[in-house]
Amino acid sequence: MADSTATAPVDPANWSCPAPLRDRPVVVMGHGGGGALSAELVDGVFAPAFGNPVLAQLADSAVVRLGAARLAFSTDSYVVRPLFFPGGCIGDLAVNGTVNDLAMSGAVPAFLSTAFVLEEGVAMDVVERVAGAVGAAARAAGVTVATGDTKVVESGHGDGVYITTSGIGLVPDGVDIRPQRARPGDAVLVSGPIGLHGVAIMSVREGLEFGVDVASDTAPLAGLVEAMLRVTPDIHVLRDPTRGGLAASLNEIARASGTGVRLTERAVPVPDAVANACAFLGLDPLYVANEGRLVAFVAREHADAVLAAMREHPQGAGAALVGECVEDHPGMVVVSTGLGGTRVVDMPLGEQLPRIC
Amino acid sequence: MCLAVPGRVLAIEDGTDPLTGLIDFGGVHKRVCLEYVPDTQVGEYVIVHVGFALQRLDEESAQASLKLFEELGLLEEEFGDAWGRAAQEAGMPEPAGREGVTAAEEGAR
Amino acid sequence: MKYIDEFNDPELARKLLEDIRATVTRPWALMEVCGGQTHSIIRHGIDQLLPDEVELIHGPGCPVCVTPLEVIDKALAIAARPGVIFCSFGDMLRVPGTDRDLFRVRSEGGDVRVVYSPMDALELARRHPDREVVFFGIGFETTAPANAMAVHQARRLGLANFSLLVSHVRVPPAIEAVMTAPTCRVQGFLAAGHVCSVMGTAEYPDLAERHRVPLVVTGFEPLDILEGIRRAVRQLERGEHRVENAYARAVQEDGNPAARRMIEEVFEVTDRSWRGIGRIPDSGWRLTEAFRAHDAEHRFDVTGIRTEEPAVCRSGEVLQGLIKPTECPAFGTSCTPRTPLGATMVSSEGACAAYYLYRRMDTTTRKEMSPVG
Repeated sequence: MADSTATAPVDPANWSCPAPLRDRPVVVMGHGGGGALSAELVDGVFAPAFGNPVLAQLADSAVVRLGAARLAFSTDSYVVRPLFFPGGCIGDLAVNGTVNDLAMSGAVPAFLSTAFVLEEGVAMDVVERVAGAVGAAARAAGVTVATGDTKVVESGHGDGVYITTSGIGLVPDGVDIRPQRARPGDAVLVSGPIGLHGVAIMSVREGLEFGVDVASDTAPLAGLVEAMLRVTPDIHVLRDPTRGGLAASLNEIARASGTGVRLTERAVPVPDAVANACAFLGLDPLYVANEGRLVAFVAREHADAVLAAMREHPQGAGAALVGECVEDHPGMVVVSTGLGGTRVVDMPLGEQLPRIC
Repeated sequence: MCLAVPGRVLAIEDGTDPLTGLIDFGGVHKRVCLEYVPDTQVGEYVIVHVGFALQRLDEESAQASLKLFEELGLLEEEFGDAWGRAAQEAGMPEPAGREGVTAAEEGAR
Repeated sequence: MKYIDEFNDPELARKLLEDIRATVTRPWALMEVCGGQTHSIIRHGIDQLLPDEVELIHGPGCPVCVTPLEVIDKALAIAARPGVIFCSFGDMLRVPGTDRDLFRVRSEGGDVRVVYSPMDALELARRHPDREVVFFGIGFETTAPANAMAVHQARRLGLANFSLLVSHVRVPPAIEAVMTAPTCRVQGFLAAGHVCSVMGTAEYPDLAERHRVPLVVTGFEPLDILEGIRRAVRQLERGEHRVENAYARAVQEDGNPAARRMIEEVFEVTDRSWRGIGRIPDSGWRLTEAFRAHDAEHRFDVTGIRTEEPAVCRSGEVLQGLIKPTECPAFGTSCTPRTPLGATMVSSEGACAAYYLYRRMDTTTRKEMSPVG
């Protein structure tokens, strides 16, 4: 901006500091949306309460040392409405989500725990189908469900089925994958078309229902990560862009590493149906959730080989080079548009809402 | 004001009041009120806002616009184009933003 | 012809930009009235591709952002009532009222639902005869036919439990207000294409003539916006001030007569307040007497709620391009994208919100580039 040297009443560089929670005295849906409000909750409430160096990594999974082993450890709760959607169900998400969080540390996922919170009155058939999906997804991902728990809450106090899964896996020697390791010059790779899960869910959500031939991309990514690590153990960052989409993941990486991210819009693989559904709802595909995709930051010299390895793997067939890590605008994500202009892609605030304007 | 999106009429439902039809937005299907475009035909494009078709889209006008854009800079007798020629002769710079082609753009090609 | 991809073509965009560059000889300030156009401009980075001489002032055309604080407070009061299902377009949920937003009402137990169309709210009223279903009927002329149809159907079907909280606004009085501001800088307008799809262009020649400004009816895809700018700049360079239609594929001179008839049956013109701007005479619509039974303001007796806009907020002047966002004392202090006071901070494309975001980029980039900081 022309007058950016004028005296500012605020230091805009500090704008990303955790905002006070005072304007949000109660929890709102946005606190679970994976955007700025979620980050605020973690930074403002949980991190101070639990504070320790392991938690401070704030990665998809924590990497901890136990004896001689380096373990990745992660937990996640799954609440989704409806429970069954095109391409999967809550059971698939609960397994693949935690498997993927482990894989984003480069770990080979080994064991999962599952905790079910069931609502009184939910059909046994539904529970069976979900449990069956958990079993099948675990087998497909090569992990063992080692322990579990079940609780039942009164009718009206749950959404049928909630699942929490935790997982552990071994991190191979020489692998150090964290958001802080993004470096200017890194290539930014995405493993395939984006936005499929979010659009599949929205298409069956009450009040929005629309017909679309799109299925959730829910899938385990540990195999793909293994294939990438075979090219080089020196992958800098991996992230699975779930809630908040690619935009949230890239913003988190930019902030954690103090680098900028430059994305080329037309290089980002967006299926036509996703693009059209987003146009129709007024959403940006960069903010739409994925459940079977990863974004990788890789040193430039390894980028071609890693990309080739990704494309050979079924989960990475649609992989693409979408941008690069830069020294400019640290902490921010900037997109080059198809017309040759640029725009800032900010951290999403909370839930993605259809626009009319 | 107003996110309105073009879509193709797939079907018009018989006897609905208000008149309703199924619209295809490039693979996204949605039932939409057609009461304000009562003459619309299956296969035509309409512009849709919050579940209502507001206008039929005129293909001839659309083609004419695109043709006009295509021919910009080719017509000589127009006021603006004399300026254009002068600018070109003076070695007008490339539009901003096309200079810094990033690695990813190269990769996309 | 799919009417989208064709109008996003980078090669044709370059031709349009070259033509604009070749035409412009001195600075011009254009206002795109519509928030949808602002969105498209930011989304595609069109503002950065234009020659320096062409300045775009983002106008007051986002219905969500200009909905006055008082109406939002009324919405919050209604939505919090037991037995009410309060339905709204999605982007309205996070617009703050005096002390909370609709998200907050929902978190406190209010039944607030996002719908795609007012007809979805009508359907809820049909399915839940024991509940009061209220639809937040905001919007410009584009949205009016939809909201009018919902109320019209409710009356016809005898759905006494359906009502509309109306905050409809109209474009021509807003243009009039912008042009009559004493220090107005706007020299030409991109008129909102979809408003004209409904209303036609009959209201505009008089505005163009009296204020001697070009008014170009403009669409929403990148090529449409560039063509609107190109035509406005050509008129300005030639000293002309006409109404031109650069969106002929979707706009006819008489608009959509069926839709206009429905609007006239259901709504009547009234004064409206605009968030950050204030009261503009004849700038809105309300339900006519015949539909009063479906008017949520009367039904829930919230007509007594009176809220003043925060005096410190100068978004009205920002909207008219009279001051830069940084000149407002509230900018970045009491007014941020998280705690917006005025329309221009409420919308992520509003001038203040965009300024906030881009200033951060400028600041960080500058720091990075100059070691002395």
